[in-house]
Amino acid sequence: MNEIATDAHAHSDNRSFVSRYVFSTDHKVIAKQYLSLSLFWALLGAGSAYLIRWQIAHPDTEAFGWGYIDPSVYNQLVTMHGTIMVFFVAMPLLLAAFGNFLIPLMVGARDMAFPRLNMLSVWIFALASIVLFASFFMPGGAAAAGWTGYPPLSAKNEYTGGGYGMDLWLLALALEFASFLLGGINFLTTAINMRAPGMTLMRLPVLVWMQLIAAVVFMLSVGPTIAGAILLLLDRNLGTTFYAPDGGGDPLLWQHLFWFFGHPEVYVILLPGLGITLEIIAVFARKPIFAYRPIIYASIIAGFLSFIVWAHHQYLSGMDPRLAMPFSVTTIIISVPFALVIFSIIATLWRSSMVFTTPMLFAVGTLGVFIFGGLTGIFNGSAAVDIYIHDTYFVVAHFHYTLISNVFFAGFGAIYFWFPKMFGRMMNETLGKIHFWLTFAFFNLIFGPMHLVGLGGMMRRIANPTQYDFLKPVEPLNIFITLMAILLILAQIVFVINFFWSLFAGKVAAANPWQANTLEWTTSSPPPHENFAETPVVYRGAYEYSLPGQSEDWLPQNLDLGDNAKAAAH
Amino acid sequence: MALTTNAMTMDRPTEPYGKVGTWWFLSSEIPTFGGVLVAYIVMRLGGTGWAEASQHLNFQIALVNTFILLTSSMTIVQAHNAAQEQDFKRTANYLGLTVVLGLGFLGMKAFEYATEISHGFLPSSGIFWSFYYGMTGLHGLHVVAGIIINLVLWIQAAKGTLAQHSHRVELAGLYWHFVDIVWIFLFPLLYLA
Amino acid sequence: MQSWFPENVSTYGGDVDGIFWFIFYIVTVWFFITEGLILYFVFRYRRKPGVKAVYAAGDTWAQLAWVLVPMAIVVVLDLFIDVRSADVWAKVKLQRPNTDFVVHGIGKQFNWEFVYSGVDGKFGTDDDIKTDNELHVPVGKPIQVILMSKDVIHSFFLPHFRLKQDAMPGRNIPVWFEATKTGQFEIPCAELCGFGHSGMKGLLVVHTPEEYQKWYREKTTGSGA
Repeated sequence: MNEIATDAHAHSDNRSFVSRYVFSTDHKVIAKQYLSLSLFWALLGAGSAYLIRWQIAHPDTEAFGWGYIDPSVYNQLVTMHGTIMVFFVAMPLLLAAFGNFLIPLMVGARDMAFPRLNMLSVWIFALASIVLFASFFMPGGAAAAGWTGYPPLSAKNEYTGGGYGMDLWLLALALEFASFLLGGINFLTTAINMRAPGMTLMRLPVLVWMQLIAAVVFMLSVGPTIAGAILLLLDRNLGTTFYAPDGGGDPLLWQHLFWFFGHPEVYVILLPGLGITLEIIAVFARKPIFAYRPIIYASIIAGFLSFIVWAHHQYLSGMDPRLAMPFSVTTIIISVPFALVIFSIIATLWRSSMVFTTPMLFAVGTLGVFIFGGLTGIFNGSAAVDIYIHDTYFVVAHFHYTLISNVFFAGFGAIYFWFPKMFGRMMNETLGKIHFWLTFAFFNLIFGPMHLVGLGGMMRRIANPTQYDFLKPVEPLNIFITLMAILLILAQIVFVINFFWSLFAGKVAAANPWQANTLEWTTSSPPPHENFAETPVVYRGAYEYSLPGQSEDWLPQNLDLGDNAKAAAH
Repeated sequence: MALTTNAMTMDRPTEPYGKVGTWWFLSSEIPTFGGVLVAYIVMRLGGTGWAEASQHLNFQIALVNTFILLTSSMTIVQAHNAAQEQDFKRTANYLGLTVVLGLGFLGMKAFEYATEISHGFLPSSGIFWSFYYGMTGLHGLHVVAGIIINLVLWIQAAKGTLAQHSHRVELAGLYWHFVDIVWIFLFPLLYLA
Repeated sequence: MQSWFPENVSTYGGDVDGIFWFIFYIVTVWFFITEGLILYFVFRYRRKPGVKAVYAAGDTWAQLAWVLVPMAIVVVLDLFIDVRSADVWAKVKLQRPNTDFVVHGIGKQFNWEFVYSGVDGKFGTDDDIKTDNELHVPVGKPIQVILMSKDVIHSFFLPHFRLKQDAMPGRNIPVWFEATKTGQFEIPCAELCGFGHSGMKGLLVVHTPEEYQKWYREKTTGSGA
């Protein structure tokens, strides 16, 4: 069947570079702005990881390319690494960049519901980025109380030796939250109100569903943390005593307010990652997604459950120990909907016909890595085991498996997969495959052994494990892990080269190089300003691959087959 | 460029986009204020000295303020009705009244703060005062935002440019009611308990 | 892999490790099933010319069963883990052993202070014994430590006992343990507490009962320094 190549926009575009690419309300441009910002922050996040790992493996030596790492600088690095990766890489990459780019295209709309609000969102995010970047240069340095920012450490400068860096950290987070709240309005309104004719909710690509659920979960969960951050700012600057026991306050209050959001937040990141994985697998396995509706229901249930597990981060915090049991139960139950999603993805591979392009490698890689991370989550969810592994590198290994699988593996998969659509050129397959294998190998060589470091008892956020006798056995592991980390970071150079070279000299992309069904592939690569020459009409679900009785193994959503189509369609 | 997005949707009833957006925003504000309120309740139930501290609040002023806010919610409903009937002169009047009432609330609050501060009750005076200033301050900032929104709409109604977006009066009303409802929670929790 | 854990010298340490291993075996089975299937499918169902994928979308109950049944098994195993885990949690965190041996453990930037009640058995009196960073206890006796903090949140971690508990300012949090062996064991701080967090560690000295008495006598009759 034909790939519908739509025409360039009817009127000529005389806008300047600035008005087209800087002050743009076009969701596609905004998506690229988020993408650029997230990749910039990813560099800084990786840099901080390098310095942290250097210090752990070779304490109190001069890190190559940087110099000596002072313990208070170490705490800043640890804090900023987490903050950057969660809020300034994961969120803008998975939600803002790909959500913004794909939602209007996938539902058949010309843009988001509120384009100017969309532009405001990315500008607020840019402002948040500036504020966070500035915090490094404040006297006293950046925030240094961990990405979790527990008071009293975070509430009084004399405890950390810091200064305005902490206040700017809080401000940057507040701005980031505002940016994503505004973005969420667009996601939901667009997906609900602006779907093309025939695009029922149950014909939506699963990625759109995941973005919607993530947006709702974010919107409902972020409030208490905003409240907590305001209270912390007040404690720091007005002398209020919300978190100060001397004044009648309670440090535990922060923990509840933070984790009430903090836990749903990881699912906000996770769901779009899973959605991306599913989209890519369906295309390259040439099979419909197995159990599409149960996956959606399971994801909604998981989103709901994510609100009642938060205190599993606080088993040992001093809260009433009897609370550990109900939270253990809810935590372990939340693994169930995700088990369903994972089993369904595996079932999608059964009797499929797989081609291992770079996006497919990353998608299957996401699945494999995420399963491992999900399984180690069971250990952490059990309060009894948590007594030992809380605040050790076992937890760090666990969340890097679950987060990196979704942020980097799925993120890279998404970039390789939608690069042709975004930029009109193909990325280099050979370089892509090299990038995948190096990343996959080094990632596992870092975080696999890290579990053993945690079982050995090594605590989080310590700058010098050689100060402890009982950690001697894990020294060789730490040195090995650091070497692997340096190699992992270096391996990303392959990606950087591929990305920039392909932007300018990659093979020109057709409208639908992957022969995929969803609506974004029915328009040109890149799409014209208004996405579609005319409104698509949708006749079927998004995953009619290898439909019996069809000559091709794919069937676009908007292809009109006449009345026969309706009988076979979902 | 104008997006003729409505033409693209199926024949199904959809909410005007602005309303979805406003409800979304309010839905995120509820857990924010909710977080502080729940924190207050839990800490108050578990702590001592809160009741004594709250004695120092001026119940009468707060009562008047409650009345002011409730009345202003009524005036903005009237403004909305007037807007729906395309009577923009009446809309302007009621919006103006809402702004004035809002300013009155803030004025009373400022006087209240001044009295308390002059008696030595600062935000740093203890956990009750932390919550008192924190919660009423946060609420006050939202009142300021609401006054600005209502002011802008008032000016547009007076100049006659409101007609093309008259639905915004309803949205402003939704926000203003939310601000009012938050106060309805704050008032008993702080002043009556 | 047990060798990666520090040596266990606590009465309940084996129970904690036991839950770890219980979960480990269950989780390893799932690991091999899921990753094994993926690996197998990835090879078995590579694109071959002339071979089309099967349009199986999980539309029928028969197909869905392949996902729902494993999911049900996951639920059952999960609850099993929870029940077993609850017992151990209760033992370590909810029980209060009947013991008169109580020490105050006070975390501060950047070491621990331990306070014994002294001969009069009361805390806060002149005969209290204060040690800097050293917790001395006899083997084979349940020890209760009341955790406090002078400034920020710290965490009392005894890796060899599988015990950890955050010490929070404004709270007195009891923990207990019983040593099965004599020896010296580090007490690292396990919650980021500032620039001196790394290296903040106390020393737990487990004596034989006689040696403990000797130490205690020295402390109570001497200047207490």
